[in-house]
Amino acid sequence: MQELENLMIKKAVELLDGGVVDRVIGWKKGEFYYDNTPATFYKKEELNDFVYNGFCGANLSKYLVAESKKGGKVLVFLKPCDTYSFNQLLTEKRIDRDKVYTVGIECRGHLNIESIRARGIEGVVGLEEKGDEVTVKTLYGDAKLKRGEVMLEKCLSCKTKKFAHNACDETIVLHEMPEEDPNKRFSMVIELEKMTPDERFAFWKSQLSKCIRCNACRNVCPACTCFKCVFDNPDSGIAAKANDDRFEEKLFHIIRSFHVAGRCTDCGECSRVCPQNIPLHLLNRKYIKDINELYGEYQAGAEAGSRAPLVDFREEDINPGENLKEGK
Amino acid sequence: MQRIGVFVCWCGNNIAATVDVERVSEILSHEYGVVYSTNYQFMCSENGQQLIKTAIKEHNLTGIVVCSCSPRMHEATFRKTAEAAGLNPYMVEIANIREHCSWIHKDREEATAKAVILGRTAIAKLLLNTPLTAGEVGVTKRALVIGGGIAGIQTALDIAEAGYEVDIVEQRATIGGRMAQLDKTFPTLDCSACILTPKMVDCAQSEKIDILAYSEVEEVKGFVGNFTVKIRRKARYVDETKCTGCGACMNACPSKKGLNEFNMNLNTRPAIYIPFAQAIPNVAVIDPEQCLKLKTGKCGLCQRKCEVGAIDYTMQDTFIERNYGAIVVATGFRISDLKYFNEYGYADNKDVITSLELERLMNAAGPTGGTLLRPSDKKHPKVITFIQCVGSRDISGCGKPYCSKICCMYTAKHAMLIREKYPDTEVHVFYIDIRTPGKNYDEFYRRAVEQYGVDYIKGMVGKVYANGDKLMVQGSDLLNNEQITIESDLVVLAAAIEPEPSVRRIATMLSASIDTNNFLTEAHAKLRPVESPTAGVYLSGMCQGPKDIPETVSQASACAAKVIGLLAKDKLKSNPCVSHSDEMMCNGCGTCANVCPYGAITYIDKEFRLGGGKTETRRVASVNEAVCQGCGACTVACPSGAMDLKGFANKQIMAEVESICKR
Repeated sequence: MQELENLMIKKAVELLDGGVVDRVIGWKKGEFYYDNTPATFYKKEELNDFVYNGFCGANLSKYLVAESKKGGKVLVFLKPCDTYSFNQLLTEKRIDRDKVYTVGIECRGHLNIESIRARGIEGVVGLEEKGDEVTVKTLYGDAKLKRGEVMLEKCLSCKTKKFAHNACDETIVLHEMPEEDPNKRFSMVIELEKMTPDERFAFWKSQLSKCIRCNACRNVCPACTCFKCVFDNPDSGIAAKANDDRFEEKLFHIIRSFHVAGRCTDCGECSRVCPQNIPLHLLNRKYIKDINELYGEYQAGAEAGSRAPLVDFREEDINPGENLKEGK
Repeated sequence: MQRIGVFVCWCGNNIAATVDVERVSEILSHEYGVVYSTNYQFMCSENGQQLIKTAIKEHNLTGIVVCSCSPRMHEATFRKTAEAAGLNPYMVEIANIREHCSWIHKDREEATAKAVILGRTAIAKLLLNTPLTAGEVGVTKRALVIGGGIAGIQTALDIAEAGYEVDIVEQRATIGGRMAQLDKTFPTLDCSACILTPKMVDCAQSEKIDILAYSEVEEVKGFVGNFTVKIRRKARYVDETKCTGCGACMNACPSKKGLNEFNMNLNTRPAIYIPFAQAIPNVAVIDPEQCLKLKTGKCGLCQRKCEVGAIDYTMQDTFIERNYGAIVVATGFRISDLKYFNEYGYADNKDVITSLELERLMNAAGPTGGTLLRPSDKKHPKVITFIQCVGSRDISGCGKPYCSKICCMYTAKHAMLIREKYPDTEVHVFYIDIRTPGKNYDEFYRRAVEQYGVDYIKGMVGKVYANGDKLMVQGSDLLNNEQITIESDLVVLAAAIEPEPSVRRIATMLSASIDTNNFLTEAHAKLRPVESPTAGVYLSGMCQGPKDIPETVSQASACAAKVIGLLAKDKLKSNPCVSHSDEMMCNGCGTCANVCPYGAITYIDKEFRLGGGKTETRRVASVNEAVCQGCGACTVACPSGAMDLKGFANKQIMAEVESICKR
């Protein structure tokens, strides 16, 4: 991991020195070891704080919406799953491609500090990663863990480690990344589908009522880039509905997930940032599964500029209700 | 604050018998914004409209709600009424308490309560209405007719007669369609080709008509008065401008295996061919599936024989784009597939034929030169059995639920012609019912029975099977209550007709609606039978429903009259209920343009002030109001809610929903 980080810094320095870019978006050391935060670096001296390790789950693509509006060119590091968000933002004309230099980087899955804590490991001060072996250094000694035991949900159900089409100007990959099965992420959705409507309602009620409306899911979501969000717009007639007090956050999350339906690349950021650990990605994944089944396999962001099934009419498209007739 | 008037119509007893109109108008009078509420027997009558006009003036109404029939019926009427009284016509809302209420409910209490809700809903929407003004758009004075059968030909001739230019796009190599294949026509028994071909020639000679044969509509853009159509001119491999139709190439062609579609595949034709003697345009076409030169590169005999050098093996499909004010669909019909009707043995026995095949077998230009010989052994059939309703009036799901309408008459025609020409032939006809309404139609059928002694048997056939060189037709004779088997030489199936399958694609391009049987839907079954619900799209002939030649020709002319009415206008009032984008909220994401079926949305770069002297250039959606048809697809697709529809704003729709849901 250290080797990868060094190469990334080297690349950043090279591009800054060469005048190809005038700033870099990456991850910066936080207050705590596991607290790496997205940041913009303007000078190569600042890159001392640049970090890339197992605690860099954050998707940097959304920052480009604001960055590519400014002058100059920005370097961004994208993990394979982030490249799909990047392409989707290009499709939606949110990023000026000419103002961005993209470097795809190797990813073996990122870690969830909650899962580490759940094992009674506290006071994390360091990390050693060797493939799937992870050694967490703490104030009280080292703990050896398997990466798969403590990964973020979005990494456990990783859809692919292939970079999206044409998303990267170049890539830094030291070790071959494993093949992933894009369908394994639907297992929980299938469980939910098996429930009776009442059971499902109870499940979502118990989950969504934990929501504190901090808006973190919306703010982090790369598909949520409207200048004025409908929830912030009293004229939209939606703000009031989202606040329906009988079951407060039910409608907020349902409206939000529908707003990104067909555009969500399943980057999993919504669930990663949720302070209440609501499995928000399940809503999006249900739509993705339905789209796959009704319109054929579709991965948002796989290719920039491609048309999406929900906003693209084809004669052979399934007619409303046809899927129900066949007992699907 | 609005001053709303509510007018509840009884529609005679249509509404008043099920809905307590008095109570509806009383309850609605207490709604927020309502200052006047009344009811009347016929709101659409002269007196009813006068009542509305008077109330608008006396009570200074700013908007009206009419609780009456469907807006499709009288919205335009009441908008005109309001306009005459000085109100903006878009300050009128219709609550449909007839089709949506009184006609579908029996319980008076329930229906009345629902009528009140529908009235409230219209009031809730009207409270958010704003006056709208219709713009004007020009009209391209040229019509497109899709399909060159008798329907398309008649429509084109009539439009051309009025002085407008018309293009006929025909997918086959010649115009003429199904009628060209027929032998004689009922009820007068005149020769089909003799009455059709002069009309085909008229089309070819008309300066106003451009025949684009062997062509297909590829793409349609635009709207009433201003359609842009891309037409694929399929490669004919013969230059239409050079070919004289001499036929030398046909004689030279060594490939003779292509099935002759014009003769219902009953004989073969060369790879280069003219579909039939009177084809228009009288130009050869090469079947690339059969042509040795195109398949193997070796041959080229026709090119050598052609004295005018018309043959070009390298020809490719080409595309042309033309503008039209109106589009007529005249795509016609075909005989439906009999694959689900194994009991009649059509696939297994050469001598079980469809009636269209019989037309060719009896035609002087057909494969047998007009002598009726059965396909298997070319012998004269002595016993012929006709089976009607094969796949028509079939609710089993194998066939069509509708009556194909023309079969009773053409079967009587066939039976009569056979008995006339070959009096020693025995003719039986199995039927469910005989349906012969129409001028001189029943007399025609009676002649077949009484004068020509055709044996009509009421009953259905269960099975047709071969027995040596005979076909055994097993059926029931319901009038004699017995099962019978008729040993026949030839069996003729009156197979159901169905719309030409390409109509689905065309309907989709035109956003013209289609019913479950693939027939195009008319704007109103009784009052607007030749117009499609899509403005500027008209229906001619079988594509709208089963009909015979006289009916097709009448409808084709009616259709032409509607087209002429449109093309005669210099300007059309455009629909002001179009979408618009709130630039402050638009993200320029492109979703709306993706879903817009009319291509009405483009994007512009616009500079916005951010405050503090800063500006930002953003890509925002811009709607071409002349092209937008107000379908609302963009308003649903827009993630930020920047797109909205005038007259049907999201807020108005939500107000309606809320009004329905609240107790």
